[in-house]
Amino acid sequence: MAKGIARRIIPGFAPTLGLTLAYLSLVVLIPLAALVLKAAGMGAAQWLDTLTDARVLAAFKLSFGGALAAALVNGLFGLLIAWVLVRYSFPGRKLVDALIDLPFALPTAVAGIALTALYAPAGWIGRFLPVQVAFTPLGVVVAMIFIGVPFVVRTVEPVLQDVDAELEEAAASLGASRPQTFRLVVLPAVGPALLTGISLSFARAVGEYGSIIFIAGNLPGVSEIVPLLIVTKLEQYDYVGATAIAALMLLVSFAMLLAVNLLQKWNRQRMGAAS
Amino acid sequence: MNRAALKDPAWVRWSLTALALTFLLAFLALPLAAVLTEALRKGVGAYAASLGGEDTLAAIRLTLIVAAIAVPLNLIFGLCASWAIAKFDFAGKAWLVSLIDLPFSVSPVISGLIYVLLFGAQGLFGEALRDHGVRIVFAVPGIVLATIFVTFPFVARELIPLMEQQGRDEEEAALTLGAGGLRTFLSVTLPNVKWGLLYGVLLCNARAMGEFGAVSVVSGHIRGLTNTMPLHVEILYNEYDFVGAFAVASLLAVLALVTLGAKSALEWWHRDELAAAARH
Repeated sequence: MAKGIARRIIPGFAPTLGLTLAYLSLVVLIPLAALVLKAAGMGAAQWLDTLTDARVLAAFKLSFGGALAAALVNGLFGLLIAWVLVRYSFPGRKLVDALIDLPFALPTAVAGIALTALYAPAGWIGRFLPVQVAFTPLGVVVAMIFIGVPFVVRTVEPVLQDVDAELEEAAASLGASRPQTFRLVVLPAVGPALLTGISLSFARAVGEYGSIIFIAGNLPGVSEIVPLLIVTKLEQYDYVGATAIAALMLLVSFAMLLAVNLLQKWNRQRMGAAS
Repeated sequence: MNRAALKDPAWVRWSLTALALTFLLAFLALPLAAVLTEALRKGVGAYAASLGGEDTLAAIRLTLIVAAIAVPLNLIFGLCASWAIAKFDFAGKAWLVSLIDLPFSVSPVISGLIYVLLFGAQGLFGEALRDHGVRIVFAVPGIVLATIFVTFPFVARELIPLMEQQGRDEEEAALTLGAGGLRTFLSVTLPNVKWGLLYGVLLCNARAMGEFGAVSVVSGHIRGLTNTMPLHVEILYNEYDFVGAFAVASLLAVLALVTLGAKSALEWWHRDELAAAARH
């Protein structure tokens, strides 16, 4: 009843929803549907041809393997950074906190050439490393780590702030050591958020293009990522190949999105139950 | 946090902090410093000269034009979507919110590809467009479309949770007291969400000016015509004009820093007036 009245009092439902749906359809849904339709219209032979190609398989292996490695590194260091930012105070903490979002704000091409300059054999960091990073698959992982940093920190930070200090205190007073308390009290509390952050970082890294192609070296079969392969196929007017690879990537992205949504739901339930 | 049981020993605190800061130095701070150093490697004169080039100016102009079209359109969309979603109840609302977020989970390259498949020479509408002499792909309209796609959710995803938090009471009060719909929106809703709106627009603009992958696929890379600043960075870099590439990149880095600064300022001073979920 109350809802019915509210609907009648506040004006503008039909035009705003109509405009929203029209714009969403024109810009997002119809173009994406065109890709899905084109992919659906392809024969099994075309799919098999494209997706069993050694170069394509190598690219998928690199994109997913690299993204997994980068996401795990980000999981570890993201948790560490969130812990340091939430629990400790040190000079410049606010500045460091603001810097975390740099990968969201810095255009990927800029990040790409900057990372390449740093990690090239003669670069500021590259010259001190025992192995070559730039222009190898390792370079791909470095760029993927860069773009994934904020995801873990920003999902873990608020949860860490909410962890009930009394629980930790109770654990300590019952004789738990600090590492035990961390493993048995803190880690289970931030677990879902940490997993969410790692998945977001992974999903972003799989699709990333701009920051990777400069540092990767782009050697087919060795350091060539899937998004670059799509671009290469397009430049060769191989629309079928590009569509097949893109459709597969889109499928994986949506599966990841679903997983992240479920994780976040779990996370919210856990946070709700704790407070 | 000052309870003894919760305090880590000093050596733990220091080594964890040092480890975290070293990681951030290697992956975030040094890349930023590298952009500025490389840009100024051959002095201020060379820096200024490479920024004054005709192609560079054309790239800057195109980037500004694209952002000036994409950001307002997404702003209007964001306002409409958040009004409809936050102020009314209807079936399928959760679905609509997920669909609005969709472009964030699509690879930038695919965001460009879908427009090539629609409007390219071999695309669905390719022939019809050619007959009418309209160019979308490898021209400015394609760049605008791809930019709109990748920046689509920014304003809406900030405003929807914010307006939902604020509920409908104030609008209903204004309307009951005789204010019109537009007046209610302008003098009740808009002041309530102004900082959140600014926050969304800032992020939307940063991405619009900095997008590379999606724009790269639809641009065609025609110097002076379809090159945005990020694409121009790539061209200069691939021609081994490193000072030029890093000079243009430094402008984009400054844009990123200004965005980060404004974003942090909003978060410090107006935290209560931003959506809780803002920090994605």
